[in-house]
This record gives sequence, C-alpha cells and structure tokens, in this order.
Amino acid sequence: MIDFSVILAGFGGQGILSAGKMAAEAALFEGKEVSWFPSYGPEMRGGTANCSVVISDEPIGSPVINDADVVICLNQPSAEKFEASLKPGGVLVIDSSLFKFAPTRTDITFIEMPASDIATELGNMAFATISMLGCLSKQTGCFSRASFESALYEVLPERRHKLIPGNLNAFDKGAEYAK
Amino acid sequence: MAQKRVLMKGNEVIAEAALRAGCRNYFGYPITPQTEVMHYMAKKMVQIGGNFVQAESEVSAINMVYGAAAAGARVLTSSSSPGISLKQEGISYIAGAELPAVVVNIVRAGPGLGGIQPAQGDYFQATKGGGHGDYRNIVIAPASVQELYELTVEAFNLADKYRMCVMILGDGTLGQMMEPVAFRDVEPIEVYEKPWACTGRGERKEHNTVTSIYIDPDVLEAKNRELQDKYAVIEKDEVRYEAYGLEDAEIVITAFSTCSRISKNVIRQAAEMGIKVGMIRPITLWPFPSKIISDTAAMPNVKAFLDVELNAGQMIEDVRLAVNGQKPVYFHGRMGGNLPTQKEILDKIIEIHNGGNN
Repeated sequence: MIDFSVILAGFGGQGILSAGKMAAEAALFEGKEVSWFPSYGPEMRGGTANCSVVISDEPIGSPVINDADVVICLNQPSAEKFEASLKPGGVLVIDSSLFKFAPTRTDITFIEMPASDIATELGNMAFATISMLGCLSKQTGCFSRASFESALYEVLPERRHKLIPGNLNAFDKGAEYAK
Repeated sequence: MAQKRVLMKGNEVIAEAALRAGCRNYFGYPITPQTEVMHYMAKKMVQIGGNFVQAESEVSAINMVYGAAAAGARVLTSSSSPGISLKQEGISYIAGAELPAVVVNIVRAGPGLGGIQPAQGDYFQATKGGGHGDYRNIVIAPASVQELYELTVEAFNLADKYRMCVMILGDGTLGQMMEPVAFRDVEPIEVYEKPWACTGRGERKEHNTVTSIYIDPDVLEAKNRELQDKYAVIEKDEVRYEAYGLEDAEIVITAFSTCSRISKNVIRQAAEMGIKVGMIRPITLWPFPSKIISDTAAMPNVKAFLDVELNAGQMIEDVRLAVNGQKPVYFHGRMGGNLPTQKEILDKIIEIHNGGNN
C-alpha cells in the first residue's frame, strides 16, 4: 500500500479531525507510515473542516492530497467540493441521514450510509464518524478492525475505555454498508 | 533505545524537543500556523517550573530571549513569517552579543500578512541575514516530524557551542501535520561552560557584560573578524545534507523540507519511466552544502539540476553559485500557500529529460 489517501470533510464540531486521527492511529498500530493534515486557519464551530490522512508502507511525500482514494463527507458542500478530488475508481462515502447527493462522476464507487441515524440509535452522535470509519476499513482494508480496537485502547484515557464497545458496535454497523 | 512511535503534531514536537533539550524558558506571541508550539509550552512550563511568557509583541518576546540567553539559560521563541520579521532587530543584537538562542520560523505565505498556508518564501531572510549587520544564523530545515524533534534538540547544542542564534525553518505543512515520532530515552545534550553569562558578579573580579555596541571602529572591526572566523569554522564543520541516487542520476533535484518529501516520491515514479533522478536535500540551509552540489555538477552522468521550492526561486541562487555554470539549473516553484503536486514535478522532469529549455 503506497500513499493510500483519505479526505474526511464536514462541519466543524462533527468530529471530522478526531475521526481522521483515529484512522491514522489504527494504521500506525499496523506499523504503517501515516500522516494527518488538517485544514487550518480562521475556522469555527459550524464552519467547514476537513483533514487528509495518508497511509503508506513507505515514507510519505506530501501529506496534502490531490488524488484521494476515499472521500468521506458529512455535509453537502464537502461532497460537492471533494467529489472532484477522487481518483478514478475512488470511493465517495456520505452520511445520507444528513443530506442527499447525486454524484456527477460515473468512475467512482458511491456509498450512501445513514451514519447519523446509526449514531442516534446507539445513543451517541460521536459514533457517526466512527461508523464511517467502519465502512472505510471494510471497503478498502486500509486498516483492520483489530487495529482500530487496539488503537482505541491506546489513545483513549482509561476513564473513557467504557465507550470502546459502543465505538466498535458503530464501527461494525458502518462496515455493513461497504460494497 | 528508541521508544515506540506516537502520533504527534509537528508544532507540539518542537516544543517537546526543546523541553527535552533542557530549555526552561519560552517567550512568544501567537500566530498561525505555529501557535501550538506556545500552547504546548504554556501547559508544560507550569508543570515543570519553567518560564513561559506570552509577551505583548514579537519584539518583546525576542528581547526576553536576549535577556534569558545573556543569563546563560537555554531559551526558545517561535513565530511565523510576519512575526519573525518583527524579531529581526533582536536577532541581529543576539548575533552581535554572541548569545545562544533557538528561533523557530514556521513559514507561511507572504509578503506582508500574506496568507496562513505553507511557504518557503523566508529562505532569503533566514540565510542572508534578515536583520542588519554582517552576521549569520545557523539555519536548519527539517523534513519530517521525526526530524523536527531530533534537529530541535541539536539546535540547542549548536547554539551553545557557537554562541549564536540557530533558526529552525519549517513551514505550515510540517507544523500542522501529525506524523509518528519516536523519542529517545536519553537526549544527547551537550553542556558548554558559560563563563561570560551575567549571573551576578560572585567571585569574579569584574562583572560580566553582554553587549553588541562597540563605538571604536577598530574594536568593532576586530569583533567582526572574530565573528567571521567563527562562521568560517561552522561552514567547514557543520554542513548537513542528505544525498541519494547521485551515482547514476541524469537529473538531480535540489529541494529542502516539504519540497524534498514530495520530490522523493517523484523520483520513484521517474525511475519507473526509466529516468534516473537523484536528490540533494540541504538540512543546513546555512552553512549551505555547496561542495556536494559543486562536485555533483562535475559528474559526467549528471545532465541538469531541478530546484523545487515553495517560492519564486530563492535557494536556487545558492544552487547556481555552487553549480557555477557547469550544468543547467531548472526551477519549479509554487507560491501563495500552494504545494506542488507530484505530477507537476514529474512533468518538469520529463520536460528536462526531453531537452527542455532553461
């Protein structure tokens, strides 16, 4: 796997940056090279936020992604903006609980998953992005469920470990939407 | 023994590295994209009993650095381009007074307030002076979060060794990105005696004085000669670079920091197309690795150089001086906060391979 790249995008406050970091942590657990690069600057809650995650078996060149393997969007403006950033054959994943979207490209795989509904059902809105990571993992194999679980135990402080089963549940529910 | 790799942001790693190098004094003023350095310091200095001051301006911060350095302490300040411009007067005074200090510049796009995205437009300012007078700073350009750590520790050693300002020149990409970093169990801290420091007269016959003012031209010229002698030693002993693939390269890329990372992947792509490309990555921008570039230019297999930067072409002047007309030097640069894509650089390589015009 060389320079496998994922863009995560949505509104500030939806947990985009944290989800990207968890994807990177899971891949790091597998001994991969990883980079995480946020959009930064005059941004605020309710504004747009995105981050780029690169996973590779070799040292990573640019952490800024021009051709993404996967784009994960939690709002419509992001889907409109980043659809064009996908490689031919790339995967666009959207949270269909929040918005409807019709891709203009025909050379990509399009996955609509009700991530926010899954999260609501599980009683924690933070699980929306986690379910989308489940879909990412199952669809592409860029990191495994086991690595994601191990990374959670490493990254979360012990007082938060009680949330891990819920996270994994969301992860598994999201994985069902892989094509 | 290296510890396991943890995912950390470049700016935070700079601060952590400074603490590990024994720095207990930080003075700064916030500016994107380096503010995480001071944020990290604000949190940690309280815990370990160090000094953290958010000054009222960059000018104040650099003069606090001057004061702490004059007292013999390891001291750090950090900023980004417009803030570094404000610090130049103080950096010149630090050079004149021969004080050890580490200054971090996480470069953003200019000129003026410019933008907040990554750039390398401060190369001239960093390597050719920046402030007034005949002086140099050692300028170090890390290319990864791991190097930000190792070279920041090294910067403190070099500052103390030569009693001068060492600048870490990063950019918004390096500062903002997270990458794995493995910290050492024990840091290679070099301890230098500082008998010149203003620590109170104590048992000394005379009190120490730290100053950069020498009114008598002969005295000042002698002082200038001392500085130049010191810089000559540094140019001889402290040049650092990474070079690879030179032995059979047709084209040699020169690039530092972020541009070298992107170029490295292009070299792999070019090889798949049968074009042999090597690279010389200056790690110290001053002292500049002129000799390896000059020697490489003399190699018969090398047909041309391609300099890649996040500016309109600054380091290329030093590359051309070193190449000294032996081979053509081409350029590819992006400005305004944009990064070159691998494809752009590859296209340029193909153009040169096919005999492109300089």
